[in-house]
Amino acid sequence: MSARKKDKSPAETMVKKEREVSKAKLIPVHIMGKRYDVPEGLTLMKAMEYAGYKFIRGCGCRGGTCGACGTVYRKPGDYRLQVALACQKTIEPDMHIAQIPFFPANRAHYEFADLTSAPEEVFRLYPELFRCVACNACTKACPQGIEVMDAVSALKQGNIAVAAQIGFECIQCGLCTSRCFGELVQYHMFQLARRIYGARITPRAEHLIEMTKAIDEGRFDNTLEKLRHMSEEELKKLYQKREEEPVTAGEDWRPKDKTYL
Amino acid sequence: MEEIPRWNCCGAVHSLADDDLIHQVAPVRNLIRVKEQGKDVVVTLCSFCFNTLKRANLLMKDDAEKRNTLNSFMDEEIDYSGDVRVLHLLEVLRDEIGWEALAQEVKLPLRNLKLAPYYGCTLLRPREVAIDSVENPTILREFLKALGATPVEFPESTRCCGSYQIVSSPDSISGYAWDILSSALSHGAEALVLTCPLCDYDLGQGQKELVKRHNGFKGMPLFYFTQLLALALGLDPRVCHFELNHGSPESLLRENNLLP
Repeated sequence: MSARKKDKSPAETMVKKEREVSKAKLIPVHIMGKRYDVPEGLTLMKAMEYAGYKFIRGCGCRGGTCGACGTVYRKPGDYRLQVALACQKTIEPDMHIAQIPFFPANRAHYEFADLTSAPEEVFRLYPELFRCVACNACTKACPQGIEVMDAVSALKQGNIAVAAQIGFECIQCGLCTSRCFGELVQYHMFQLARRIYGARITPRAEHLIEMTKAIDEGRFDNTLEKLRHMSEEELKKLYQKREEEPVTAGEDWRPKDKTYL
Repeated sequence: MEEIPRWNCCGAVHSLADDDLIHQVAPVRNLIRVKEQGKDVVVTLCSFCFNTLKRANLLMKDDAEKRNTLNSFMDEEIDYSGDVRVLHLLEVLRDEIGWEALAQEVKLPLRNLKLAPYYGCTLLRPREVAIDSVENPTILREFLKALGATPVEFPESTRCCGSYQIVSSPDSISGYAWDILSSALSHGAEALVLTCPLCDYDLGQGQKELVKRHNGFKGMPLFYFTQLLALALGLDPRVCHFELNHGSPESLLRENNLLP
């Protein structure tokens, strides 16, 4: 409680932040074609909010993970369109910004339980795959830096595993699809590839199956029961003197106490 | 020889429209991948890939205006000017290894097999990309001789199989297929040897229909040339997957003691 008293009230904090903002240099940016002067150092998303935009869609985690805030921008003197997640990219003077929070892409409907690991499943659900002419616009549009066209090639080659691996860091923002003149839906195809890869191609983790079976059969019931009856003090002590796995430990690391292995 | 780790489909057909540059992007990108590996020669097993890559390469070499357009379109790649050599595996066997050296490596000579060499179009046409004489090619004949087989020449060996026409007019294909297969048969061949997956498909699918239509025609085994190379060099025949071939070639191979 004492620590909290030292904090400023929310109102005080806001005033302080506004003062900091007002001290910052203002730079011009063009949002949806209109010029605004916004404090430098803001992200594209914060700059849009500063200019008065309120996000109902096109904003999610604000941490570069969810893919909701795919945004297209162009810098002065450069013909190339560039892309970023609005929550991650910092504004630059005279940038033109337009957000593409959603793209009306085709998404195939399927009953996953009925799908096999055959590449023909992807061909059947997304026949537009074969409209790719290797122009590479998708790769240029990926804010995650994924070699999107290579994953498309892998699918055409019938290699679901490679497509799933290349497309592993896809956040489904859809910018690839927005730029594709073959009208492929790369991000939905990669999601299908990852699902098939995870469920049908990667080997089953036998040791995990064994362990969950052992847990179901009550292997750790006594241990848990003991913990449940410990006092808070006892639990803390136990936690503090636990043996930690060193960060640098290799695969063959084993704890000294092997009771629970 | 190393496999290219990154590649995309070449597009399979060379675009004949003079200003249709977008369909040159795919093959040219593959040639750039070759350069990225620090290599200046690319070898293909497929005669369609060969034809598409080699013609795109010629375009990049000879047409400065189109070269500039394509290079500036692919602004994320290194500039390319047609300096990769595009070879078909048959050329490598003939020019780099030589028929005599190949014959010396043969562990299981394909003795007594009477095989008709079938070229189709894409290894020989147009003239600028041909790997051999356009009118009178011998490269497949020499290849088969090196493996110990008996080549059977026939007049339809460079005739078109019908190519992608099978999609729009399947009937015309069985016409082409009949001319080619019946000619090879009447010249004494027991099987046909080819270098192109599309020829294989057309002549393979076509002959299913021909067996029904032509009394006495029992079909004809088709071999991809690399299958025979593997067999003759003594590789485990299981790698050849003869069970997937059109015209069931396995009994022919067994009769000649080439399969266990």
